[in-house]
Order: sequence, then structure tokens, then C-alpha cells
Amino acid sequence: MTLQPFVPQPLTPDALLELRSVSKTYASGSLEVAAVRGVDLVVHQGDYVAIMGPSGSGKSTLMHIIGCLDVPTSGSYWLAGVDVAGMGESDLAVVRNQRIGFVFQQFNLLATMSAWRNVELPLIYAGVPRAERRRRAVEALTRVGLADRVDHRPGELSGGQQQRVSVARALVTEPDLILADEPTGNLDSTSTADVLELFAELNAQGRTIVLITHEHDVAEAARRMVVMRDGRLDEPMGARR
Amino acid sequence: MTWLETLRTAYDALRTRRLRSALTMLGILIGIAAVMLTVGLGQGAQKQVTDQINKLGSNLLIVTPGSSTSASGVRGGRGSATTLTMDDAAMLADPGVAPDIARVAPVSGGSLSLVAGTTTWTSNVVATTPDWLAVRARTVSLGRFFTADELASESPVVVLGTTTVTQLLGGAAAVGQTITIGGQNVTVIGVLNTEGSTTGGDQDDLVIMPQSTYAARLSTSANPRSVSTIYIEAKDSTSLSAAYQEATNALLSAHGVTLTSQDFTVSSQQALVDTATSTTRILTVLLSSIAAISLLVGGIGVMNIMLVSVTERIREIGLRKALGATPRIILRQFLVEASLLGLVGGLAGLGLGMLGGVILPRVVNFPVAISPVAAAAGLGVSLIIGITAGVYPASRAARLAPIEALRSE
Repeated sequence: MTLQPFVPQPLTPDALLELRSVSKTYASGSLEVAAVRGVDLVVHQGDYVAIMGPSGSGKSTLMHIIGCLDVPTSGSYWLAGVDVAGMGESDLAVVRNQRIGFVFQQFNLLATMSAWRNVELPLIYAGVPRAERRRRAVEALTRVGLADRVDHRPGELSGGQQQRVSVARALVTEPDLILADEPTGNLDSTSTADVLELFAELNAQGRTIVLITHEHDVAEAARRMVVMRDGRLDEPMGARR
Repeated sequence: MTWLETLRTAYDALRTRRLRSALTMLGILIGIAAVMLTVGLGQGAQKQVTDQINKLGSNLLIVTPGSSTSASGVRGGRGSATTLTMDDAAMLADPGVAPDIARVAPVSGGSLSLVAGTTTWTSNVVATTPDWLAVRARTVSLGRFFTADELASESPVVVLGTTTVTQLLGGAAAVGQTITIGGQNVTVIGVLNTEGSTTGGDQDDLVIMPQSTYAARLSTSANPRSVSTIYIEAKDSTSLSAAYQEATNALLSAHGVTLTSQDFTVSSQQALVDTATSTTRILTVLLSSIAAISLLVGGIGVMNIMLVSVTERIREIGLRKALGATPRIILRQFLVEASLLGLVGGLAGLGLGMLGGVILPRVVNFPVAISPVAAAAGLGVSLIIGITAGVYPASRAARLAPIEALRSE
């Protein structure tokens, strides 16, 4: 894989995120493994996109790039009009903090902290004062239906409730994009329906959501579905629903 | 992220792992307490020695026979020769010869047995002049000291130390009693104040008598006018070195010797203090080094725990990074955690050291002087240890790639 020369691309109007020929290769011993091979993707403001694919298809790598947790080997990535492909780690941290809300499969809640303290975490790094953090964390928890669980620790909550806490944590900074990585992977069917309903509500309120999953049923909940196969994307549904 | 938030996060992290944090701090605690106590003991010992030497009298010079740097290079036994006499003392007391010398007290004498009734007691006889009282900064608590007239007339009078009185006369009133020294009857005319023990022995087991009386009736020396020590009191502390020069020059010319063949030694209190100080300092340094090693071990403990903590919390670090913590913030968080371990451990160690400084003197009857400077230094050192021990673990945490950290189980 040769490095492509950087050519600034004109942005698609109204695009929240735009990936152009994004590739990612890993050195595995002497072998170079291409996890993502030239992906083009445009997600508009207010969109709800599911990225589907079997394990090993490169969808996790793509999710890391979209989430600014990793940078592409080549290609361009604009997030809210800013080119983030060449950013350093510290700048990426700020972008993640301000623009992206993460929902993980493993919830990734800190077990020793109460629900609201978990939700306020991104606000600490955004430099929000303590009193306002508490107010906004409670507000976000209320929005996901956990107003009465504010002071509960993750261990005292069910799986579905824990995932709703992490959705509240993703919402609390009012991010441009909610990026959910297999959010229902650890949930039973009732909780799965619960969380998907929550996503649908948030999307109806204008939130942009990108959801990564390998389950077709879950992907169906999105307005648009793209499929990742062998590091490439294709869009079986074609147009947006 | 403000420093206050960083501190709060670090405090939360340490509080969550209470037992581990406490055990880690214990290492620093013991180290700091040990260092504080050994330094305190050293300083206490030094202060004690200095106080004792200062008790000898103020602005004191001490002339002893024999040279500390003899021509052959062999150190002569101090005080073994009999090169100093009453005439030397009289000459030094002359303001025309030595204007910076205020008083002079020649001392001769030795160990003699005393008898009172059926009681016998061996004591240290000090044969001197009336100025001895002022030069040695002593006072008389009962009766009076002997006078210049009594010195001139070889009067058989003595002044006793309190230990001598107790041992020889029991509870009986001492002043006016007649006791026997070396077969000679003498009258007790006074009792000295109580001074206590110093490195020079019991300062209260003394028999003071006029030098002339001793020379005429008790001395066994070939030259009854020879003295074993001449105490010199300078006018004030600023004229001490001038007095030292005057005494040395006067004695050199009187004895017809040069600096290289000098048959006497003039030493100052400061020299004694310096000798004692250097001795205790070596001891202090030695003990403190051992204590410092325990502090080092404590520091390694902090580093070890911080490394374990980083490994254990990889997921947490990954999450914090995903949520917007920059490498700098993560570095700072772990550094503050380590510093907090050091600082709190140091504070507790300080408390324990001070407690020990109060209790120890009561148990082992030895002074412990804990100075504020040593306390502040101890606290500073524990903070530095915390930071130093935290640098490597914290930078490891800061360098973790967020996706690797999130992926780990």
C-alpha cells in the first residue's frame, strides 16, 4: 500500500463527517494487514447510519477512525468541517471531547463512581464547573429515564440501565455525533429494544448517530445501513430511507 | 482540567483503594519518621554537649601543659608535664601583658581522700585562686568562697561540691565543719551550687581550696608552684581570639620556646565544641543514611504500586482518553496520585517523628531536638520521592493508545 499524496477535497455541503479514500494498514510482524481499504463515506447532520459487517471486516477499525481514537494511514477525514486525519493525540482528545459521544459494548462505566459521576466525566475534561456538571449530568440521566438512579453505582443497575447511563454520558456534552460500538452486544432483547428506542428518539430530536453492529435486526433500526466487507464499504440499500 | 479537579480525581482514586494506599504510605511514613528521629537525636546530642561545654564558663580559654603538636610529631600526653606554674598564671593576669584577659584561675590538685568522723570519701581536690568561681561560672549556695587574704595566708579552708557534702557529711550542716584531707584538718566555709554531670564527670564532687594551702600542706609535686591547668576568661566573646594570641605569645616568651617547640596548649571552648560536634555529626550522618535507605525503599514501594495501578486501570485510562483526557491530563493525574501518596505519607511520618521526639526522651533519657527546618525538609523530600516515583508509571499511562487500552480485558 503506497501512501497517497494529500489532496484537499472540496467538502460535500451539509456533511457532518466525510471520509475520502480512508485506509488503515497495520504492521503485523513482517506482514502488512490492510484493515480498511479506501473507504468513502458521507454522513449528514441528523443522519442515523448503521455500519454492519461480520467480525474481521474492518468495521471496528473504521469505527476507531470515525471516533478519532485512531488516525487513518492514508486518506482524508473531515469532521464538522475540520480535517482530523493528520491531528496529533492531544488535539484528537479535544475533538473527541467536544464532538463525539461514545457508547461502548462493555458500557465502560467506572464501577466505583455513582451514575452521575460517570456521566459528568467528559464535562470534567471540557472544563465545566462542578455545579453545572452535576446539573447537566442529572439532566442527561433524566433524559434517558434514570432520574431516580442518579446516585446508584453501576453494580446496582441492570445491564440495560448501565447502557442507558453510558448513553447519558455520550449525550451530556451535546456532541455532534453519537458513535455506538455494538451498543446492544451485551444486552438481552428487552434492553436491546429499549436502547434502540432511545436512539430513535434521540435521532428524531436531530442527533446524528453512527451505530456499528454485526446484528441485522439492530442495523435495521437505523435509517441507513452500510455494509463493511473485507475493508470496503458498500451500501446495499442504496439511498437513505 | 484544573489542578483542583486533578487533585479530586487523584484523591478519589486513592480513597477507592484505601488499604493499598495506606500500606504504600506506610513505607514513606516509616522512612520520614526514622530520618526525623535520627536527625533529632543527633541534634539533641549535639545540643547537650554544647550546653555542657558552655557550662564550663563563658569566653573560656584553657591552657594545659604539653604540646599537642610536639616537635617529634608525637602528641604529648596533655597535662602530664608540669611546665605551667603559678607565675605563668600571675603573668597572664597582668593587664599590661594581656589586656584582653579578664580573669585567670590556675588549677592544681588531684584525687585525695577526705575523712569526716568515721566517713571516708575520695574526691577531686581543686587548688586554685578566688577567681576560679567567676571563671568557671559557678556560685556558692551556702557560706562563702575563700578570699585573696586566705590565699595569701595559706588558710586551711575548703569549699565543697554538693555531692561531696552528701557523701561525706550526710544531711548534717556542712559550713563550719572540720574535715581531714590527707591528714590535714581544714574547715568547710562554703558549698557550691549544683551543676550536674557533664562529659568531664560529676561537677559537684569537688573540694576547692586555696592553691597556697594545697602547695604548702598537700602537694607531692617536686615543684609545689606547678599547676595542671590555667583557665583564662577573656573580657568578652569578641576579644577571645585576641586573648588567645596574648596568652600564647606571653607564655612562649616566658618559657623561651617557639611555636614548634611549644610546651603548652591553649584551647578554646569553641575547639572543644567543634570536636564534640564533629563526633556527633558523624554519628548522625551514619544513622540518617540508614534511615534514608528506608525512605528510598518507601519510594520504590510508591513506584511499584503506581505501576500496578496503571496496569490495573488500563481500561479506565482508555475510557478517560476516549472521553477527552489528553496525554498531559493523564500524566498529571498519575503524578498527582503518586505525589499525594508521598506527601500524606510524609505528613504522617512527620507526626510520628514528632510524637517519637516527645516520647523517646522520657524513655531513654536522651534529648531529641526536632527542628522546623528538618520537618519542612522531610515533607519536601517525601513530596519529591512521590513525584519521582510517579514519573515513570505516569508517563506509561499517558503513552497508552486509547484503542489498545479500551480493548484490553
